[in-house]
Amino acid sequence: MSDWIEVGRIEDIPRLGARVVRTPQGNIAVFRNAEDQVFALDDHCPHKGGPLSQGIVYDCKVACPLHNWRIDLASGHAVAPDEGQAAVHAVRLQDGRIFLSLR
Amino acid sequence: MKQRLVVIGNGMAGMRTIEELLKIAPDAYEITVFGAEPYGNYNRILLSPVLAGEKTIDEIMLNDLQWYHDHHITLHAGHKVAGIDRRRREVRSEQGISASYDRLLLATGSTPFIIPVPGHDLDGVIGFRDIHDVDTMVEAARQYRHAVIIGGGLLGLEAANGLMLRGMSVTVVHLSDTLMDRQLDSIAGQMLRQSLEQRGLQFLMATQTEALLGTERVRAVRFKDGLEIPAELVVMAAGIRPNIELAKQAGIHCERGIIVSDTMQTYDPRVYAVGECVQHRGQSYGLVAPLFEQAKVCATHLAQFGIGRYTGSVTSTKLKVTGIDLFSAGDFHGGADSEEIVMKDVARGVYKKLVLKDNRLQGAVMYGDTGDGAWFFQMLRDGTDVSDFRDRLMFGQAHIGDSGHGGQNSAALMADSMEVCGCNGVCKGTIVKAITGKGLFTLDDVRTHTKASASCGSCTGLVEQILASTLGGGYAAATQDKPLCRCTDYNHDAVRKAIRDHQLTTITAVQQFLEWKTGDGCHVCRPALNYYLIASWPDIAVDDQQSRFINERAHANIQKDGTYSVVPRMWGGLTTPDELRAIADVADKFKIPTVKVTGGQRIDLLGVNKQDLPAVWFDLNQAGMVSGHAYGKSLRTVKTCVGSEWCRFGTQDSTGLGVQLERITWGSWMPHKFKMAVSGCPRNCAEATIKDFGVVCVDSGYELHIAGNGGVKVRATDLLCKVASEQEVIEYCCAFTQLYREQGHYLERTAPWVERVGLSHVRQQVVEDAQSRRALAERFRYSQQYYQKDPWAERASGGSDAHEFTLLKEVAG
Repeated sequence: MSDWIEVGRIEDIPRLGARVVRTPQGNIAVFRNAEDQVFALDDHCPHKGGPLSQGIVYDCKVACPLHNWRIDLASGHAVAPDEGQAAVHAVRLQDGRIFLSLR
Repeated sequence: MKQRLVVIGNGMAGMRTIEELLKIAPDAYEITVFGAEPYGNYNRILLSPVLAGEKTIDEIMLNDLQWYHDHHITLHAGHKVAGIDRRRREVRSEQGISASYDRLLLATGSTPFIIPVPGHDLDGVIGFRDIHDVDTMVEAARQYRHAVIIGGGLLGLEAANGLMLRGMSVTVVHLSDTLMDRQLDSIAGQMLRQSLEQRGLQFLMATQTEALLGTERVRAVRFKDGLEIPAELVVMAAGIRPNIELAKQAGIHCERGIIVSDTMQTYDPRVYAVGECVQHRGQSYGLVAPLFEQAKVCATHLAQFGIGRYTGSVTSTKLKVTGIDLFSAGDFHGGADSEEIVMKDVARGVYKKLVLKDNRLQGAVMYGDTGDGAWFFQMLRDGTDVSDFRDRLMFGQAHIGDSGHGGQNSAALMADSMEVCGCNGVCKGTIVKAITGKGLFTLDDVRTHTKASASCGSCTGLVEQILASTLGGGYAAATQDKPLCRCTDYNHDAVRKAIRDHQLTTITAVQQFLEWKTGDGCHVCRPALNYYLIASWPDIAVDDQQSRFINERAHANIQKDGTYSVVPRMWGGLTTPDELRAIADVADKFKIPTVKVTGGQRIDLLGVNKQDLPAVWFDLNQAGMVSGHAYGKSLRTVKTCVGSEWCRFGTQDSTGLGVQLERITWGSWMPHKFKMAVSGCPRNCAEATIKDFGVVCVDSGYELHIAGNGGVKVRATDLLCKVASEQEVIEYCCAFTQLYREQGHYLERTAPWVERVGLSHVRQQVVEDAQSRRALAERFRYSQQYYQKDPWAERASGGSDAHEFTLLKEVAG
């Protein structure tokens, strides 16, 4: 697959934080958790479109800054009883470099 | 091999314990449940609405059969247990099924007390306990005309109301002369009786039943005084008895109930018991809230965590008869050493009685207006000292907000279609449906599922009322002693104390020391911990940006479309032509779409892109302006009037004093937002009496007012004291601010904080004890050395935190 795009290094994102990658299809939030795993979701909460990249990251979740919906970083699903899903993008980490695959 | 857990009793107590257990140790046991009834687990306290035809059985199911299947629980529904063999650790059902256990949980509940009068075994004589009883009553209502309820307690009246609604002519017979005499005093009992009589129920008070007459089916009831009335259905509601037969047969120590310890263990340590069948410290409970507390404790011990003790419950009661509002809690009869506060308005159908001892609530009875029931009950459980507001106590907390719910303050009178939560557009019917349909029991449950009262919180009181009237005794009012969040069992005060006593200076250190249940906390606890750390150790603790809510991390307010708003500081509300020109230039340069004057006498620039923030700040800094902290849990604004400098009524220089106060306090982080105002005379044009700290100048000096707020629930300030000089205003202001910073819970405004700790406590620390005041003010100034820095200047173009304001990457199309 040749559509992996290098977007930065892991240390460019604060631990328990996120940064935004702007793409023609819209903004993508790239998250880094406490274990230095990276995740990528549409920067768009399934509730009212809040920018997830601005939320507080913990465990494997982010709390949307607008109304505190909690979104699972791996699946994009809202934590029950809320219902909805933010689109997930494939992301991988190689030698500290972050690669994103756009769909 | 997995340990085996057998549960006898498929009711609310037993299954709640299993649910709690599955939450904390999902794989600890292979679970087998025996239930005498042929159903899953249903919400027994909602049988009355089912009888009244207001709900169906399906609506009150808590765990259907699929749930047992999904959790790999073997359920023997319709199997009555015949015996327990403790030596072989085996349980056997009447159908001959047996199951071995490593641990056994008894949750056998209770049985209605059937008065042993002649004829008590006739057809048509029943208790009111389960779905079968409800079916029998519904069937009887179709065929017969006359029903007699023996017992005018909670259950009896709910049964009577249901049968009446199903068309029967119903007579309630009660031994004493007060209805619900275990919950009501004679006045409230009388009012209840009158209103039930108006609905068509008949009563025979102070009447004893002698015999039930009939050959096969009951036909009439005869009383001690010789009176005889027709009855084709007799419901015995004269109390319940813990169901202890099985335990007794198995040789487990019982008195009235199965005796359990604080860990919910019986005398056989392998055998636990919860619910109505137990007797704990001499008490048995027939309401659901205590069962849930027991279930929680029992589950932690079954999971072998060995934490938690059950120490007994204080209960409250509400009658679930639609349209009748009644609340009772604690010891409402009082004694020689207690005092009563009573309010009675018969024409309005309102009666309230509070029983106090040593300025603490012992009990409460309310009829007709129970809006403050939850508030009274909370103070009763917390043992709150009410001396500061005893004169107003009877009139309630008025804790329902002033706006957002059309002035409604009685949930009982609301139609299902009426909006309760004005923020999220949630109607009463939606909330009731969620409570019954999803089996919700607490305010938090309702907030999570419906979002009602989850935003501004102004309708919290209404939602609590709806919970209480839907669940009756099942409503578990939250205590103030709540854990900080789900990551820990410690409350705010305990966490703060640990931070101070053990010199904890990082979030990780706190989480490790207090054994946080989650690795890195959550969005609730991290901002709280970060605040407690920087407030406790301003010189040492590092402010953790990733634990700040976005507004405090980006030093601007996030808007619904993801843009930000920028509010530069204007000291005391003063500005200059140069500042205004700079603001206008910034608005032009960055194409800022909206410029608005705020309620706090500032100018708000709305719709700024995040990437532009550092450049916007740079330009504002150049003109001498700094952050207005309009986004923070911090000092917001000091609002002023023009005062003696211009105003013909002004008594002091309110503008100048406001500027001084703002210069001293800006930049300080607080548990919540903090607003001040200085008015130059009692006309109070700066609205100082709805601020966290307000000064009203008078000719002879300065009145200091605290703990007010506008917004959701308008609360006028309390007068702290009067002082003579500006120097004193400043010292008192710093001391009060610091006391709040040290003692307020994170996200608790000054108003609820002062209500919680009491005005006298604040007066003591800030006014009466001069040494304490000086020390507080000194600690405030010390902290300000570290935090009175303009966060905008640090981040303006080319400054720190650049990653916060730049894209990670821009991918071209």
